[in-house]
Amino acid sequence: MEVGLNFKDTELCLGLPGGGGDNKTSGKRGFSDLKETVDNSSSSTAPLKDPIKPPAKAQVVGWPPVRSFRKNVMATQKSEEAALVKVSMDGAPYLRKVDLKMYKSYKELSDALAKMFSSFTMGNYGSQGMIDFMNEGKLMDLLNSSDYVPSYEDKDGDWMLVGDVPWEMFVESCKRLRIMKGSEAIGLAPRAMEKCKSRC
Amino acid sequence: MAYSFPEEVLEHVFSFLSSDRDRNAVSLVCKSWYDIERWCRRRVFVGNCYAVSPEIVIRRFPELRAVEMKGKPHFADFNLVPEGWGACAYPWIAAMAEAYPFLEEIRLKRMVVTDESLELISKSYKNFKVLVLTSCEGFTTDGLASIAANCRHLRELDLRESEVEDLSGHWLSHFPDSCTSLVSLNMSCLGSEVSFSALERLVARSPNLRTLRLNRAVPLERLANLIRRAPQLVELACKQLKALSGFWDVVPSYLPAMYSVCSGITSLNLSYAAIPSSDLVKLISQCQNLQRLWVLDYIEDSGLEALAASCKDLQELRVFPSDPFGAEPNVSLTEQGLVSVSEGCPKLESVLYFCRQMSNAALIAIAKNRPNFIRFRLCIIDPQAPDYLTLEPLDAGFGAIVENCKELRRLSMTGLLTDRVFKYIGSHAKKLEMLSIAFAGDSDLGLHHVLSGCDSLRKLEIRDCPFGDKALLANAAKLETMRSLWMSSCSVSFGACKLLAQKMPRLNVEVIDERGPPDSRPEDCSVERVYVYRTVASRRRLDMPDFVWTLDEDSSLRYS
Repeated sequence: MEVGLNFKDTELCLGLPGGGGDNKTSGKRGFSDLKETVDNSSSSTAPLKDPIKPPAKAQVVGWPPVRSFRKNVMATQKSEEAALVKVSMDGAPYLRKVDLKMYKSYKELSDALAKMFSSFTMGNYGSQGMIDFMNEGKLMDLLNSSDYVPSYEDKDGDWMLVGDVPWEMFVESCKRLRIMKGSEAIGLAPRAMEKCKSRC
Repeated sequence: MAYSFPEEVLEHVFSFLSSDRDRNAVSLVCKSWYDIERWCRRRVFVGNCYAVSPEIVIRRFPELRAVEMKGKPHFADFNLVPEGWGACAYPWIAAMAEAYPFLEEIRLKRMVVTDESLELISKSYKNFKVLVLTSCEGFTTDGLASIAANCRHLRELDLRESEVEDLSGHWLSHFPDSCTSLVSLNMSCLGSEVSFSALERLVARSPNLRTLRLNRAVPLERLANLIRRAPQLVELACKQLKALSGFWDVVPSYLPAMYSVCSGITSLNLSYAAIPSSDLVKLISQCQNLQRLWVLDYIEDSGLEALAASCKDLQELRVFPSDPFGAEPNVSLTEQGLVSVSEGCPKLESVLYFCRQMSNAALIAIAKNRPNFIRFRLCIIDPQAPDYLTLEPLDAGFGAIVENCKELRRLSMTGLLTDRVFKYIGSHAKKLEMLSIAFAGDSDLGLHHVLSGCDSLRKLEIRDCPFGDKALLANAAKLETMRSLWMSSCSVSFGACKLLAQKMPRLNVEVIDERGPPDSRPEDCSVERVYVYRTVASRRRLDMPDFVWTLDEDSSLRYS
């Protein structure tokens, strides 16, 4: 026992809970009280018997105890919803689904589709993977070959040739993919060129 | 006739002792055993980097091969410790680089690690094998590149949940072609894409690879390819396993291979993946040898019921909240899920469970089902939620947990809780080593019950409870038997902190307060945070930031 310290200060009275007049029950630090200091809204001093109120907008530091690492990851994920589209290929007995957000370019999509439908060889897309619509000759060559080309249904419900717009625009507007024989896709070409001209 | 065993014999005997406790006991027998033991100790665990100094460790144990260390207190995970508080690894790394040329393993948790430290590690130890950085921060992918390039015998690189500044995915390509020793690679915390072909080649030339945790940028098909090349995998984790139904669509021809991999998987971390319950169940029901599952609450009660039916070897379950800040539940996950798992999984011993409602009845049932719990952490999103059926406090429920689970070592509680629950804890939780409390209790009596009753207590962390000076000072001696005590937003006064530090010279009492010097306020004013830990190093650590105060030897207040 240290001399000089006021030992009374450090003495703990162990009366029964609720009994003994000495016991100072320091006010319980209620979550609802804390909420008030954090969020200076109108004070309805919520009695502790009524804590079923959802936490509302005021967020207490570090609550719920989720690591900020985890919170950051979940937040990023929420802002990136998948862009799932069905993919069908003429003659193939199965459908597939792809998440367009997994890819950054037409080339990547093309590679992925090629793996999925291994008998499918995509026509020559040129270095950027975008069909050169301005070159009608090239386009007609492509569509006359027996190679498959991918087409897609856009937001307006029209079927277009994949590659007519910049990648990001494509991801936004593509609702479905259909891989069809080049010769069948010829019908799409003029329309595709129209739309492209009006967009560019 | 006094003869003793030759040293070599004693050393050989000691080599069978792996637990630190046993080795510590052995070193207390007599001076010569102390000496022999310290020369042959190869592994050291420092639970608090400020409890001891590098010099002291190096002086006592000159031949270490493996060091494991922890830095910041656990509540740092939830932003309760201000930035810059400390736990820098560099002083340790630098000292060890000089002293231990044969060091093979470094494991750090909650420490600040710089690229400089990583480079020093990569260049200082010829036989370096294992680097595990859990919840660390302060380094970039450049530091990782040094490790990849220079550690020729690297077996394990694990960056679990560390905050890495991601400059590029190129670091992975720094592993030389001659590196075939990888057993475990965890890079799930990195954001940027790594060269997938580099990853594939690395996996292909790592026949011992058993654990693979990848980052978010791996597309599903490539994942399937990767899995096929590594049939010896036992642990798999992948973020953004988006639309698992898409996954099954894409890999029909790989299904047989997937199934055989699944049956070998013992640990699955899907806790960052937004997968609906039905798909989760499809995957999990293939993994019948699953021992550890981390998952989001998308699994729902129904998924947990399926888990309970198929994974009889399950030992650890963690269910994280997908929408922790939402006011209303977004999934159908309640206390029932936990009850199902506790009923169906006889080996379940470790649980972390986030949910939005709980009842005493459920907790009592869980306690009766699973008396073998070692770790029980329950987080109810509304921290003072009562029993939703009776509106009573959850004292009885948690009381049942500590009463039935006699081997309980770790407990985190939430919900409406009075001093009574602490009385139960003090009376029953005799093996409890770590306790986390938030928004609970009525008075100092609660804290007193815990400090005076829990014989095995090592770590106590408390936030926003009405606990103050009396219990703390009356149990001052207890604090020296513990690793640390954390109290934030409680009612501990500055005066009491000073008193405690004066009474207990081997405790470091850190007042962490961002409002300026504590002596500029009345002594009975509560401090924002106090962190008390025992130490044999000097009480004033040299790297204290300006919001931390400790008492100096002459009891004057010192701050940097």
